Amino acid sequence: MAGPEVDRLTGTATTGHEWDGIRELNTPLPKWWLYVFYATILFSVVYCFFRPAWPLPWGGYTTGFGSWSSRADLNERMAALEQERAVWMDQIRDTPLDQIVNNPDLLTVATVGGRAIFGDNCAPCHGTGGVGRPGGFPVLLDDDWIWGGTLGDIHTTVTHGIRNAADPDARLSQMPAYGADGILTREQIAAVTDHLFALRGAGPENPAGKEIWAENCAACHGDLGHGNPELGAPNLVDQIWLYGGSRAEIMAQITKPRHGVMPPWAGRLTDEQIKQVTLYVHQLGGGQ
Amino acid sequence: MDTIESAAVEPTASDTNAAAGTPPPRRRRASAAPFSLQQKGVIGADADSQPLYIDRVKVQARAVSGNWRTIKWWVLGVLLTLYYIGPWLRWDRGPGAPDQALLIDMPGRRAYFFWVEIWPQEVYYLTGLLILGAVGLFLVTAWFGRVWCGFTCPQTVWTDLFMWVERKIEGDRNARIRLDAAPWTWNKAGKKIAKHGAWLLIALATGGAWIMYFNDAPTLVGQLVTFEASPTIYGFIALFTLTTYLLAGWAREQVCIYMCPWPRFQGAMFDEDSLIVTYEGWRGEPRGPARKGQSFEGRGDCVDCGMCWQVCPTGVDIREGQQMACIGCALCVDACNSIMDRFGRPRELITYDSIRNQVAREHRQPTAIKLIRPRAIAYIVVMLIVAAVMTWSLSTRSRLDVSVLPDRQPLFVKLSDGSYRNGFTFKILNMKREPKTYQLATDGLTGAEITVGGYQATPAPYVELPVGPDQIGTFRVFVRAPSEVLTGKATDFKFFLIDMETRELINHAAVFHGPGV
Repeated sequence: MAGPEVDRLTGTATTGHEWDGIRELNTPLPKWWLYVFYATILFSVVYCFFRPAWPLPWGGYTTGFGSWSSRADLNERMAALEQERAVWMDQIRDTPLDQIVNNPDLLTVATVGGRAIFGDNCAPCHGTGGVGRPGGFPVLLDDDWIWGGTLGDIHTTVTHGIRNAADPDARLSQMPAYGADGILTREQIAAVTDHLFALRGAGPENPAGKEIWAENCAACHGDLGHGNPELGAPNLVDQIWLYGGSRAEIMAQITKPRHGVMPPWAGRLTDEQIKQVTLYVHQLGGGQ
Repeated sequence: MDTIESAAVEPTASDTNAAAGTPPPRRRRASAAPFSLQQKGVIGADADSQPLYIDRVKVQARAVSGNWRTIKWWVLGVLLTLYYIGPWLRWDRGPGAPDQALLIDMPGRRAYFFWVEIWPQEVYYLTGLLILGAVGLFLVTAWFGRVWCGFTCPQTVWTDLFMWVERKIEGDRNARIRLDAAPWTWNKAGKKIAKHGAWLLIALATGGAWIMYFNDAPTLVGQLVTFEASPTIYGFIALFTLTTYLLAGWAREQVCIYMCPWPRFQGAMFDEDSLIVTYEGWRGEPRGPARKGQSFEGRGDCVDCGMCWQVCPTGVDIREGQQMACIGCALCVDACNSIMDRFGRPRELITYDSIRNQVAREHRQPTAIKLIRPRAIAYIVVMLIVAAVMTWSLSTRSRLDVSVLPDRQPLFVKLSDGSYRNGFTFKILNMKREPKTYQLATDGLTGAEITVGGYQATPAPYVELPVGPDQIGTFRVFVRAPSEVLTGKATDFKFFLIDMETRELINHAAVFHGPGV
């Protein structure tokens, strides 16, 4: 090999490599820079001894001294977080719901936690953020409540659930299957549907239907169809329908009603968690 | 081999150097500038010994005195004073606000600069400052060459300070070279320990002062003294102490030569009128040793004493011409002037002047410093525009802002009376240092009513919302509108927010979502 060529302008030797007339200058790297590279290599070797690093052919992996793992680290951090939250949890446990509502700091903590609890437990049926799902899973954001929308009502519903066998205190009501069980004829069901439309101001009066309503429906849904949250009887003259508001859908519901169920959450969630999720649902927009 | 042939018709390295007015390459000498071509292995390298990595040759800069050195001391003193005093300046912002004039409050998400308070949303002012800084740097570089590198860069300032300490403890260049070569004795160890101890103390003060720009200085000093500051604080002080110690004590010129990007492209800012540190080869060559009182007839003024590179903090030989490693500190100008005085020759053989003036002097033509040049004007115009825009926007900026985030899950909710409701996360940024009450209303949705979680339970056409001083108020705002007023799936409307006290009004365009039937 010939001696290094020297670039005219810079006075620096070239590597002798040339691409289309462009030659590479040989600017030597300072040695300390090289040693920094070596130090990083050394670091990676040392790292292998202190952290999980290599998969083993017979299964598992090298754990390193001290057996650090990201899972254990997470658990530790979560435990620390729980401890931090414990102060708030104690307050939430000891404060009645209607007082938490008036304590902005406590309310914020409760609803933020309630949102996470809702997402983990309630959203599968009620939808993310309580938007509901078609087919009988009610929207929790609106101002229409089947079993009542006060803090106490919501708390009771969440604690005991609806129409379940697991909790003797579960909310319970059963609309008879007027058509399926032969209580009313098809014509009678059509007549009472006419009456309902008249109550809603959406159709002419049907005297036969009015009579059937008074005998069968008014006890729970009221003379004017406003419903009764005590009995879980929905308001039938508002704009919100759980199972659809068309004539056919209403007649189907009278013939063979569908009934929503909800499990009790006492036992699955702690008391504080139930309070948090109650506060969260209450502030979604429809709380009474 | 094409390359060899093409190389053969080009001038050899020695021809090139001679043509450029520098001497032909000499044999490798024990005493050459640490960053000279010889040391880089370019000149005098053997055919097969092209190095891929080079040793660092320790730069043992010699003490020097002169005009430039005096200027450099003054600049160093002023800059260090500003740096250490900065966090202690006070500025009264009223009760509840920090009274530190320069403060970046990370946990509180605020930056304070005397009368200016910056919220995170306004961080674009930093862009303006960065543009001013960059273009300002271009301007002074076009005018005065590497004045930033040579005089004001923190790397230069702290290296200079550390070198001064080194000189006080270990002596000047020759003493230090002897000390380094000497075998280890208690005396040598003592000097080394004293030097590194002093460096670490300065580094500690540097790192400590830096932290004070991010915390209330008097409080922090109290906590530091009583060991009550947070581990984060001690960690950052340790980090900055270590980096200061390493960069100014050990890395020094290696930072400028190998780490810093600025020397690599600032050549683009130069033109022939930029003032740079140059060696006037036409006057200095041919160089050679001289005795006092000898005639300089038929030879150059350079007596090859080597003082120019011995005082150089980056170890370059300026006689090799402009080069990347020269930071333009002008200490070689002082060194050469003292030698020229001794030999009774004119000063400024190495001079801080423009290339144009150097050529003019060579041809006995008048010289002039030309500051008004197209590029300087362009830089100044850009700076004036940016400064004007910043001043205008800072002086007219509103201290009230809103940010509105509509709910997306769901977009709208049907209510029992058939009307529709949209939810918004409504944030009011009260950037004033006083509690405020705002009135929120809507426009564009006839009959629309507002409820706000925790503030307004019953629907009302407008609501009053309180926000504390220098705070963001976050509200869950629900707007319900009758279905008749909705036009399609999205209806445009506006939020109006009125400061009840000053009647300042902000409107914010929003969209009301509906089913669109």
